[in-house]
Amino acid sequence: MTTKNVISPETRDLIKAQLSRRGFIAGVGGVGAVGLLAACGTKAQTKTAVTTTDAGGTVRWANWTLYLDYDTATKKYPTLEAFQKKSGIAVSYKEDVNDNDEFYGKVQGQLKLGQDIGYDIVTLTDWMAGRWIRLGYTQKLDTTNLPNKVNILDKLASVGFDPGRVNSLTWQTGFAGFGWNKKKLPQGIHTVEQLFAPENKGKVEVLSEMRDTMGIIMQYQGVDIESGFTEAQFMNAIDFLQKKISDGFIRKVAGNGYKEDLISGDAVAVIGWSGDMFQLAAENANKFDFAIPESGGTLWSDNMMIPVTSKNKINAEKVMNYYYEPAVAAQVAAYVNYICPVKGAQAAMEKIDPKLAASPYIFPTTDTLSKVKVFRSLSPAEETTFSTAFQKATGN
Amino acid sequence: MAYLQSMATRASTFSGKKGRLPYLLLAPGLFWLFTFFVLPIINLAGTSTQTPVVGGDTGQYVQTFRFANYVDAFNASREQFARSFIYATLATLLALAIAYPLAYAIAFRSGKYKNLLLVLVIAPFFTSFLLRTVAWKQILGESGFVVPALRALHIIGANATLTASALAVVTGMTYNFLPFMTLPLYASLERIDPRTLEASNDLYANAFTTFRKVTFPLSMPGVVAGTLLTFIPAAGDYVNAAILGNPNTTMLGNVIDSRFFRIVDYPTAAALSFMLMASILVLVTLYIRKSGTDELV
Repeated sequence: MTTKNVISPETRDLIKAQLSRRGFIAGVGGVGAVGLLAACGTKAQTKTAVTTTDAGGTVRWANWTLYLDYDTATKKYPTLEAFQKKSGIAVSYKEDVNDNDEFYGKVQGQLKLGQDIGYDIVTLTDWMAGRWIRLGYTQKLDTTNLPNKVNILDKLASVGFDPGRVNSLTWQTGFAGFGWNKKKLPQGIHTVEQLFAPENKGKVEVLSEMRDTMGIIMQYQGVDIESGFTEAQFMNAIDFLQKKISDGFIRKVAGNGYKEDLISGDAVAVIGWSGDMFQLAAENANKFDFAIPESGGTLWSDNMMIPVTSKNKINAEKVMNYYYEPAVAAQVAAYVNYICPVKGAQAAMEKIDPKLAASPYIFPTTDTLSKVKVFRSLSPAEETTFSTAFQKATGN
Repeated sequence: MAYLQSMATRASTFSGKKGRLPYLLLAPGLFWLFTFFVLPIINLAGTSTQTPVVGGDTGQYVQTFRFANYVDAFNASREQFARSFIYATLATLLALAIAYPLAYAIAFRSGKYKNLLLVLVIAPFFTSFLLRTVAWKQILGESGFVVPALRALHIIGANATLTASALAVVTGMTYNFLPFMTLPLYASLERIDPRTLEASNDLYANAFTTFRKVTFPLSMPGVVAGTLLTFIPAAGDYVNAAILGNPNTTMLGNVIDSRFFRIVDYPTAAALSFMLMASILVLVTLYIRKSGTDELV
């Protein structure tokens, strides 16, 4: 593993959970002092006063683990270093997002009260980004500071949750599919049956990201996850998952932690993310591989947004703009191995590594894209019902 | 005479202050308790009876005083409730079984090594609780030495694992809470007057009878304190189950975590927290009543 991962994501996850728990109690104490019992309904105040005054300070960026080019020798992020040198803007980059729900749970209390959440850029997956935009927790992006925004891939330029990309900009896009240990499973994993083969019992891990795990199971059951599937169809897939858990096939339902377990050998096959698996393979003598399930994988994007609570909007926009320069985007893609959302990056990649420029997992062809689907958006009521069922099936 | 008078005035001023002094000394503690315990508890109680806003977004709740939340929450998590108490009980009993001989040896048989042994008992505290638990995951995992060794000796099957199991969770809890059991046991064993043991011997009791009739009853305060200090945090623990368990070994703490942070279902999480607190309180009260150790209450 890279040196930055001395603490496993799982540990970090727990430490964070504890911290946020503490934060929660302190926060609740404050609220409690003002309004007691009946007064403490948690209806969101979407009309938070937005201060556009720009402090012009350090840009605090929350992103997922292994999501920016990193130099193990210098322990620095080369592209970010270059940006800081060139622009004079300091950026504090934190691998603080381990899971969309968890991250939301941690900051939403402050967002609601309009208090600084400690980040000027957050990077969240489509559906969660949609929730933030809907609730008015983001600031509109100013295109004058973002001339490179035009470089966004056509199919990402306007999305359902953010028409015209007014509030968000894609960071990376990726696939969820099967990852496996090539030494233990030389024949690979291409179908759900192979994933849950008897010899893998107790050594399979699936993602705690509901849409990815459920999306793959539902497509295996022949359900189109992009169009309006029914609750019954979702629950069918839940039953399938539940059965695999109670039969002892699934070792863990993990966020980023599955990477550690693959390395240690505790897990041999997973439902995981494309870029993670390629990075793991690169760092571990090509021991791991990734494939999109034959019955269909999922496609998702993570999006950069500026929270309403940020007083550092202009600098944050400059950071975003920088990462939409094709050469910079290619440099990031060469490390993270996820789908690059920036036009022209493929040409720039030719200069870095022609093999990567030809990778369908970084610059997907229409053929690759035909094998994956985007999980349809859920209404808040569905969201609660589905995630409660998913959490319950996974033991929580 | 003058001396006595001055003594008297000094005494009276002292006793005048004495009226307020205990309260002043208590104030910081009470303030702390009120701000960080009473207020959040009231708030939590409020949250536990809320319901989702009609047509609202995820995480939006309004107070409707729906006490049925408790019933729903309990029914949805019965399994984890049972598991929390079973695992905590097992861990407590195991810790007691390991810690008693250990504390006994330190108190009566360690001689000049007493302090060194005590330091060793506390030594794990110098490392973070989380790191120690993650270390166990590695020790018991595929990359550790335990599993290959047991496989080579044919004690476990070629495909069997030690992590991600109930055994690992209980073992982890036992290990993590062991010092909390050992220290109170040591403290009460150490306090036993050796003359009582000599007296028992003089009255022709053998070693076992002496232990049963003298040593153990006199160490009861330590047993009660140790089991409480182990059981209470163990019942609410979620770290061991999260790191060393699998989806079939989750405890109530894991459910509360998932309700709060993943489903953003605050009312259910609050109701579960309350029920966990209440059931621990009831169990502990019964236990203290039964073991008859008034010193603690």
